Amino acid sequence: MTVDSKVRQSSPAVRSKRLGSLRRRLNMDWQLYLIILLPLIWLIVFQYIPMYGAQIAFRKFQATKGIVGSDWVGLANFAKFFQSYNFKKVIVNTLAVSFYDLIVGFPFPIILALLLNNCLRPRFKKITQIVTYMPYFISTVVMVGMIIQFTSPKVGIINFARQAMGLSAIDFMAIPGYFRHIYVWTNIWQGSGWNAIIYLSALAAIDPGLHEAAMIDGASRWKRMIHVDIPGIFPTITVLLILRAGQIMNVGFEKMFLMQNPLNLDASEIISTYVYKQGLAAAAPDFSYASSIGLFNSVINLILICTVNYVSNKLSETSLW
Amino acid sequence: MTKVPTSQISDVQKKQKIQRSLNDRVFTVVNDFLLLLFFLIVLYPLIYILSSSFSSPKAVSTGQVFLWPVDLSLRGFEAVFEYKAVVSGFANTIFYTLVGTCINIVMTLMAGYPLSRRTMPGRRVLMFLFTFTMIFSGGLIPSYLLISSMGMINTRAVMLIPVALNVYNVIICRTFLENTIPEELVEAAQIDGCSHIRFVIQMVLPLSKAILAVLVLYYALGHWNAYFQAFIYLTDRNKFPLQIILRDILVLNSVSDIIADPQLYKARQGMADLLKYSLIVVSSAPFMIAYPFVAKHFVKGVMIGSVKG
Repeated sequence: MTVDSKVRQSSPAVRSKRLGSLRRRLNMDWQLYLIILLPLIWLIVFQYIPMYGAQIAFRKFQATKGIVGSDWVGLANFAKFFQSYNFKKVIVNTLAVSFYDLIVGFPFPIILALLLNNCLRPRFKKITQIVTYMPYFISTVVMVGMIIQFTSPKVGIINFARQAMGLSAIDFMAIPGYFRHIYVWTNIWQGSGWNAIIYLSALAAIDPGLHEAAMIDGASRWKRMIHVDIPGIFPTITVLLILRAGQIMNVGFEKMFLMQNPLNLDASEIISTYVYKQGLAAAAPDFSYASSIGLFNSVINLILICTVNYVSNKLSETSLW
Repeated sequence: MTKVPTSQISDVQKKQKIQRSLNDRVFTVVNDFLLLLFFLIVLYPLIYILSSSFSSPKAVSTGQVFLWPVDLSLRGFEAVFEYKAVVSGFANTIFYTLVGTCINIVMTLMAGYPLSRRTMPGRRVLMFLFTFTMIFSGGLIPSYLLISSMGMINTRAVMLIPVALNVYNVIICRTFLENTIPEELVEAAQIDGCSHIRFVIQMVLPLSKAILAVLVLYYALGHWNAYFQAFIYLTDRNKFPLQIILRDILVLNSVSDIIADPQLYKARQGMADLLKYSLIVVSSAPFMIAYPFVAKHFVKGVMIGSVKG
């Protein structure tokens, strides 16, 4: 048998057939490039050209001279940002809201997933799941509209309730002290149900044999949750935590910007909204200054995600790439 | 296992067993109570909005609505569809969503399929080019300058072309195809002389229904809720998508042409608030209603797609 196969392998007819198939495969692989060509062009134009254009952060941009033609000023734009009196405010606001959101918001989907997983009433479980993920489909604009409507001192339900209890109405959106709480807790309201889906599927993937073994050993349901379910979803938790931690400096523009009003600006001005205001909304837009702030933010993000990933790779051998 | 007579179970064991079942019962009650709490907290604002939207303007502005609709009326919904800007916003958003999602799906498959084939030379380099954009970007201003130099500002194309691809979705798609389309299947098709393009159309598409459901939902929802792109690049009112109109009404509180008579201020204020609730319902309902129907595909697709994403 082995001799036979050896003979076959070396027979010229087979070899030429193999070469033919290899050649055909190479022809086919050329098609793969043809297929990916359009997405690749898109990627280069809309992702890599802006990266190249980010060099205006080091120049004094003048529209007539173009990106490459404008004068090189080195780190002057960055220095201007570090020295501006807004620097501390936007950095502190960005980090504060981000850490608050991470620390308080992260556990909620996990808790919800565990509760759903331990619920023994299938219909109640299903309805709760459907209801809790519904808010995910609400757009940011509508979400902020809801917040404004609910907290309105004149027609908001919260203030109607306060008045019914004999308390005076409060204009929550006008007080910087409330801003972060409103931002984070509405995020939790909107995202917990949806974010629980991934933990639920991780919980479903746990080997039922582990639960059976624990039951035979006399473990209560609480003990099983602590010693079987949570260790089972721990890798998922780690990966999602890395992803979130890498996004610490990346607070979404939309919700923040929409929630801003002149009265709460002390708490609500963050890096991305500041970039927009300096660059596009200003009466005399300073493109170079604005993009230096954006670039500063992007670089910090890049360093953060690489660091977090490196540390987690060393500690738990969980890595994004 | 042989059945042990009750008399042979020791008292200690019996006690343990009772203790355990009591523990478990307490656990069940606490668990369901907390879940009910979650359920009610999420549900209440939704119910409140729905009830308000079906109430009369007066009931809304004087705070009579707490749980159920008061003075059942459809005035709010009538106002929504009489509002010209809202109607044109809807039409534009439907256009952007339909065309945009088609472009997205084609582009995502065109990127995802080649990246999923292990035999493709240079796959790692291409993969890096794609993933790198997830962790680093040039920023808002350079993108704005690019779009403006391409002459795309204030065109409908700006709502479709710069967002033609989402790299995160490409990775999901690639992972799915890598796991569901075995290399042997591709080879077998190639030996029979089937080209990659034909293979994608005849083999990959029918096998990827789950991931297509996920991608369509992600992309369509993205277009439906998109606000940033239009906010930055569009200035023409008749090109505005729904979300920009919603921002004017819900966030900036500028309701202009509902009631022309300025003397009816009170009625007008009530109408404006009612309009907001009805608008929230009308703009958010489509996806909320559609999702339960695709949920089964969806969870499956998310699970397969996210393995080692």
